[in-house]
Amino acid sequence: MANVISDETIEYVGVLAKLELSPQEKEAAKKDMADMLDYIDKLNELDTTGVEPMSHVFPVENVFREDVVTNGDDRENILKNAPGEKDGMFVVPKTVE
Amino acid sequence: MNLVDLTAVELAEKIKGGEVSAREALEAVFRRVEEKEELLHCYVTLDREGAFKRAEEIQKKIQAGEAAGALAGVPVAIKDNLCTAGMRTTCSSRILDNFVPAFSARAVEDLEAAGAVILGKTNMDEFAMGSTTETSAFGVTRNPHDPERVPGGSSGGSAAAVAAGECFFAIGSDTGGSIRQPASFCGVVGLKPTYGTVSRYGLIAYGSSLDQIGPLTRDVRDCAAVLELIATHDKKDSTSIKREDTDFTSALRTDVEGLRIGVPRDYFGEGLDKEVKAAVLKAADTLRDAGADVEEFDLSLVEYAIPTYYTIAAAEASSNLERFDGVKYGYRAEDCQGLHSMYKKTRSQGFGAEVKRRIMLGSFVLSSGYYDAYYLKALRVKALIKKAFDHAFRKYDVILGPTAPTTAPRLGESLADPMKMYLGDIYTISANLAGLPAMSVPCGKDAGGLPVGLQLIGDCFQEKKLLRAAYAYEQAVGGFGTGKEA
Repeated sequence: MANVISDETIEYVGVLAKLELSPQEKEAAKKDMADMLDYIDKLNELDTTGVEPMSHVFPVENVFREDVVTNGDDRENILKNAPGEKDGMFVVPKTVE
Repeated sequence: MNLVDLTAVELAEKIKGGEVSAREALEAVFRRVEEKEELLHCYVTLDREGAFKRAEEIQKKIQAGEAAGALAGVPVAIKDNLCTAGMRTTCSSRILDNFVPAFSARAVEDLEAAGAVILGKTNMDEFAMGSTTETSAFGVTRNPHDPERVPGGSSGGSAAAVAAGECFFAIGSDTGGSIRQPASFCGVVGLKPTYGTVSRYGLIAYGSSLDQIGPLTRDVRDCAAVLELIATHDKKDSTSIKREDTDFTSALRTDVEGLRIGVPRDYFGEGLDKEVKAAVLKAADTLRDAGADVEEFDLSLVEYAIPTYYTIAAAEASSNLERFDGVKYGYRAEDCQGLHSMYKKTRSQGFGAEVKRRIMLGSFVLSSGYYDAYYLKALRVKALIKKAFDHAFRKYDVILGPTAPTTAPRLGESLADPMKMYLGDIYTISANLAGLPAMSVPCGKDAGGLPVGLQLIGDCFQEKKLLRAAYAYEQAVGGFGTGKEA
């Protein structure tokens, strides 16, 4: 079945993805996503009833450690990468009125 | 003889023996960089000053008789998605254009401990999303065998740099074939280890359940030697596995007597280039002549690997790339009205088209109402694919087939049709889904002189069997690039 992606869906996915697409990008995204989903729908040919979803190929166990700080203070180097910095903190646009 | 024609292991021996200095090796490699880099563009960042400083330090250690490491003084290139303390790390993305990490990836630390000298950071597809290195925000890398063709991707800069002699070996990462496919296109050796073998600490994540770091080298001995150094357990990666069997160079034996090699019929069907097919089957014959038991079999489910992969990889990417928001590092858009506007503008301006495409798809398949139908469905099919491999490895030690369906395409051909580009990953991505080790070795050239890659896939933790088969093949053909393979 051919997938059709609506304007509302693209708008909604854009909100989830935190992306602001131009009108041209939106049209392209509708087509790209529909094509990919048509292709992904191929998986429905397989009966997976009773098959457990496999997130990891090996049985993984949670790795615990003591909650002890082992790294040093690297504030200066880390803040060097900040687009906005003031008094040892990250500066962002105003978030509360 | 030109120094840059030596393998990494050969160079290390000469440096250790005092025959060549670390500085001389570095000078030779930078001369090659000056000759070739303008055309090929393998690197995003070169650190000439840092490299010479480091070479001096290493040389002093050697002269003082101190242990300087297994690859002391050997120049290495690092893919630009591995963090290097104090050296710009961009993922070939505008959004990380000015990012300078405060720490190094574990694999980088391991190489530095072994005395390797970092030359610079290699070009790649943006965030490793692509198969040609053309989605880089910093321009394309060209294939050293034909500059009108792509080097493959996403570790295209690393593979091209090794092939061109612009380094002695390189490090790449492989999420769906990103080490093996460029190795195939550039005529070098590339290995993706078993998931969990090399720590992912400091690797900028794309698809965390699929990503593995591995070596790109001139020959099989180098591949084993480098893997031995970076296969270390790391508490900072919760999926890192403590392995006891990491003496990979011990597997370099020329005999393959009794090695059971399975050739999946489903890897030789529609879409496979005739010349690639002939070269790969000839390599299978070479291994048979050397004593291996080679037989055909049906692997099954091959055509479901790509849709499974793109669902899972896009889902994980959409989550992993949420961190790029313009707050703590990287690019920030100007003139933002409030926090959300800053996030959106920064990401929309900072990411390229392919990255946005995968983030959108990933956000969709994880969204409420579609999660079960797409994401969980893909994880169920992944379980079936793993089972098919488990079944095959009860009978075979190694699965042999092509790395890619074709040799390197022309620049610009692939991006015009993303679906076609995705199909090029058909033989490589299953190994990532099933966590298996897999490698690509050169097995001759097509009529146009472009390298063909032979892929060897092993069961989990069986890198040694791959290396043994690869080494035996390399010895049987008298070495790679000698023209005797095909």
